[in-house]
Amino acid sequence: MPDKKPGTQMAGAAASLAIDRRGGINLAAYHRDLLARMADGRDRDAFREIFEYYGPRVKSWLVKSGSDSALADDLMQDVMMTVWRKVDLYNPKYGAASTWIFTIARNARIDRLRRSSSQPYLDVETIELASDEADGEDETFANQRAELVAEALAELPDEQKQVMELAFMEDLAQSEIAEKLSVPLGTVKSRMRLAYGKLRSKLEVLQ
Amino acid sequence: MTIAHHLDDATVLRYAAGDLDEAFAIVVSSHVAMCDQCRKAVRDAETAGGLLMEDVSPAPLGEGAFERMMERIETVGEEGSIRAKAKPPAPAQPGLPAPLARYIGSSLEDVKWRTVAPGVRKCDISLPTKTGSSLFLLQINSGMSIPEHGHGGDEMTLVLKGAYRDEFGRFGAGDIADLDEHIEHQPHVEPDGPCTCLVAAQTPTRFRGLLMRLLQPVFGI
Repeated sequence: MPDKKPGTQMAGAAASLAIDRRGGINLAAYHRDLLARMADGRDRDAFREIFEYYGPRVKSWLVKSGSDSALADDLMQDVMMTVWRKVDLYNPKYGAASTWIFTIARNARIDRLRRSSSQPYLDVETIELASDEADGEDETFANQRAELVAEALAELPDEQKQVMELAFMEDLAQSEIAEKLSVPLGTVKSRMRLAYGKLRSKLEVLQ
Repeated sequence: MTIAHHLDDATVLRYAAGDLDEAFAIVVSSHVAMCDQCRKAVRDAETAGGLLMEDVSPAPLGEGAFERMMERIETVGEEGSIRAKAKPPAPAQPGLPAPLARYIGSSLEDVKWRTVAPGVRKCDISLPTKTGSSLFLLQINSGMSIPEHGHGGDEMTLVLKGAYRDEFGRFGAGDIADLDEHIEHQPHVEPDGPCTCLVAAQTPTRFRGLLMRLLQPVFGI
């Protein structure tokens, strides 16, 4: 999908590389490097690029989740501030920049839009960071996984893609999805299982 | 720890999307804390979430959005930053995952158990947010059986200590029974010690008091 915002400017040769290869794995690698620069040197230029790419997406995603524009702006700022503050905790071994920023945005959505608590998620994150899993995983492995997940998503039949989008983007509960699509709850569950099964079978080559 | 019973695939997606209420999220995160396989599964689902988020058409932010945010960061200062690598969590008691310890304290033995039937103790965990679900610990003596029952709604049971066996196999520490309302089962606690579980259950109004109904029948061996 084209970036509609003409004002967005990325500086430097590395940034144009990212634009040239937009959508490819190199954009993911570039974003990972930006986060590393933020962690190492509190590099504000790197943060600006992350902000200009993800800020408008996080905001749009929050609006789709049912937030009005002003609240979405406010929450987006909170999310991006957390990205800046917690960037030292980002471990590329556990996923792409987009995965990590998604989890921060999701936690904000749970805390602020659903008025529940994201604390259980934060505790799992702490455990993950503390456990030095000797599992042979590294960045390359994480990148391969992300590529395969992207492939699986692209290949999902429309009705499975739809339940994924309604759950992840529109923040609808299973029962609300069933209502919206006028199908039984069991159908929503089975579509979700099929969608996840697709991810799993794609990822099996790496196991 | 060898874990034989994992999360339902639909549950992995719902957890990653943030759809579970706090009671269920605590049970799932407690399992995920103990289970490498489900932790990876959640990560893959979160990767899908990140890709879907990347794919939305961006919403304009207005002039100077970055500068405004940086001003906010400077006003608050950097004290919120996490400069050191995450500290390892305090060593949890075996069978007591960190996401649960936050709600009940550091020991399963020190919670306020109350006897609800001979050989069965229960401890309700109150949550800061109100949900349509309840969260509780259940401790059932060794050798006991629970009469065959279905559930009035979704229910998840995570074994923390001990083990039980039902139609679906043996459930030991770390195993999760992620059941939907249509499933009936009849758990028997294994003879070598009491079984302690963490349970999240939807509380459908029609079946209020279901647990008591279950536990009332002649409950012994």
